[in-house]
Amino acid sequence: MAEIRLQGVTKIFDRRVRAVDNVDLTIADQEFVVLLGPSGCGKTTLLRMVAGLEYPESGRIEIGGRDVTDLPPRKRDIAMVFQSYAVFPHLTVFDNIAFGLKMKKTPKAEIKRRVEEAAALVELSPFLERYPAQLSGGQRQRVAVARAIVMQPAVLLMDEPLSNLDALLRLNFRAELKRLVRELKTTTIYVTHDQVEALSLGDRIAVMREGRIVQVGTPTEVYDRPATEFVGGFIGNPPMNFLRGHLEREDGRAWVAIGEQRIPAPESLATKDGEVLVGIRAENIEALSEPAPDSIQTRVDVVEPLGSHLLVTASLGDQRVKVLARSDAPIQPDDQLWLRPEPGKLRWFDRETGEALGTRG
Amino acid sequence: MTARRLGWAPYALLLPSLAFLALFFAVPMVRAFGLAFQDADGNWSLESWRTMFSDTEFREALVTTLLLIVIIIPVQFAIALAMALVVNARLKGAGFWLYIYAIPLGISELAAGIIWFAIFTQQGWLNSILEGLGILDRPFIFLNYQNRGWLIFTVVMAEAWRATSIIMIILVAGLQGIPRDYLEAADVFGATFFQKVRRVILPMLRPSVQVALILRTILAFQAFAVVLALTGRGMTVLASEAYRWYSDYRNPHVAAAYAGFILLLSVLSTLLFLWLLPTREEQFR
Repeated sequence: MAEIRLQGVTKIFDRRVRAVDNVDLTIADQEFVVLLGPSGCGKTTLLRMVAGLEYPESGRIEIGGRDVTDLPPRKRDIAMVFQSYAVFPHLTVFDNIAFGLKMKKTPKAEIKRRVEEAAALVELSPFLERYPAQLSGGQRQRVAVARAIVMQPAVLLMDEPLSNLDALLRLNFRAELKRLVRELKTTTIYVTHDQVEALSLGDRIAVMREGRIVQVGTPTEVYDRPATEFVGGFIGNPPMNFLRGHLEREDGRAWVAIGEQRIPAPESLATKDGEVLVGIRAENIEALSEPAPDSIQTRVDVVEPLGSHLLVTASLGDQRVKVLARSDAPIQPDDQLWLRPEPGKLRWFDRETGEALGTRG
Repeated sequence: MTARRLGWAPYALLLPSLAFLALFFAVPMVRAFGLAFQDADGNWSLESWRTMFSDTEFREALVTTLLLIVIIIPVQFAIALAMALVVNARLKGAGFWLYIYAIPLGISELAAGIIWFAIFTQQGWLNSILEGLGILDRPFIFLNYQNRGWLIFTVVMAEAWRATSIIMIILVAGLQGIPRDYLEAADVFGATFFQKVRRVILPMLRPSVQVALILRTILAFQAFAVVLALTGRGMTVLASEAYRWYSDYRNPHVAAAYAGFILLLSVLSTLLFLWLLPTREEQFR
């Protein structure tokens, strides 16, 4: 059992920068949680505090029910994969993987057995006698992973482990890593700025911004129901569309006016002054060549064929919307295009705070 | 930029330093070897070398030189490594310590010898303090020519004080070249402080250690001002003998043979360190 519990964890750099600001997060045993956010959001600092490489100014860190807040890394029962891999250049692959076990004075025979097992898991068996400089970047990355999993730690920490690989390798390793961690059932915290990686790997994603956790949820929750405009804009490619609108009531129904046009809104939608931000994902918009009920008229700016889809950028007054259309749709720049949002996929945000507005039903 | 496009420019830039080295190092070295292999009449001969090897002081000078090296270098390395780790820990005020540690570097060998003479001499600082504290009734004679152990101890102290910082500075530079991630990886994977030093820092510091060892050993073969200042004629090293044959006996040939012998030992020790601490290219990137 290795549940991780963070309570009010705060890290301040240079006496004023709140790199991590009062973070509460509980990670269940065997859970894979991704810390996601733009660079400088504090995700790596938070991970390093769990590792014991930084100490929080205030707050409490528990691993498996044990308070480890003030313990050095070696007393925390963790292992870590570094962004730079930090594979020791003066040691062979075998000695690199065996490093942690040797520090713990594990019997020689057991070291040999476990290192060979771990190396087999990441397909490094033929390279055990090589030095890191004789390996490719991808192989070095696997040495770093093997060195961590061979410890059978209570908690596995990964700091952007795929970011130094080229695109194709990254795609392969992502799947490999997912399989590996699922088999090992180790509680894992994984830091990345890559939203696709986060969506594909995490049991849950914690989205961070400016030292705080903005939203924690399953990939589907975070993608479909972003808690703030920031989350909707950060996750997804293309990012969620946001349109400025104004809430109106007419004929006993609620509408949101966008420019001269309007779309129906939930009855329960309430804002301070009627100003609202409408969020909709590109794949949740139907692109029609003729007027239809509840659609809004736009003009096509750019059409980008992406192979599987067309990415269409359309304008609505001074606002822009991105829409995914079928790749065989006959859409040309300057065409008129009617956009119909899928009912139930519209999200409403406060224009000022960017926070999701509650709606009932 | 390709060599072809650079043309003669690199050679022109190298020329001044090459000329300097040739004029002030290569020529005197060849002339010195020439002197060592000639007799007083200018005929080629091994006479000077025979004189040197059969000289009564030769054995003692060689043994003392080697003994000093064997004692001083490990002591200095241990101290320098500790100092370098303190400086590199980037604690508050570590920069200040770097400056304090570096002060002896600015002091000449002879001045350093005189400073330590003032400490160890009969009415020196050390005796005054020990008497003042009531530990001694009367001065203890550290610089007693009958007592070689104390003489060596005082020379070791002075040399350690004078030349440890140069090793420290080389090691600090080397430490700063070790990416922080490696040290953090060692921490995460359970290394204690001493395990980290032994398993990660020292191996990764090997190129710097090698440079420092070679430099320090060569300097130790040449050392003599400190020995002279502290012990006068009480103790002799190879460089003192070269000096004595030149200035006292007015025999530049035997002096040159001593100088050549010192050069030979320096080259051998350098080769030894290169062989003991090989830096394999494939281990580092």
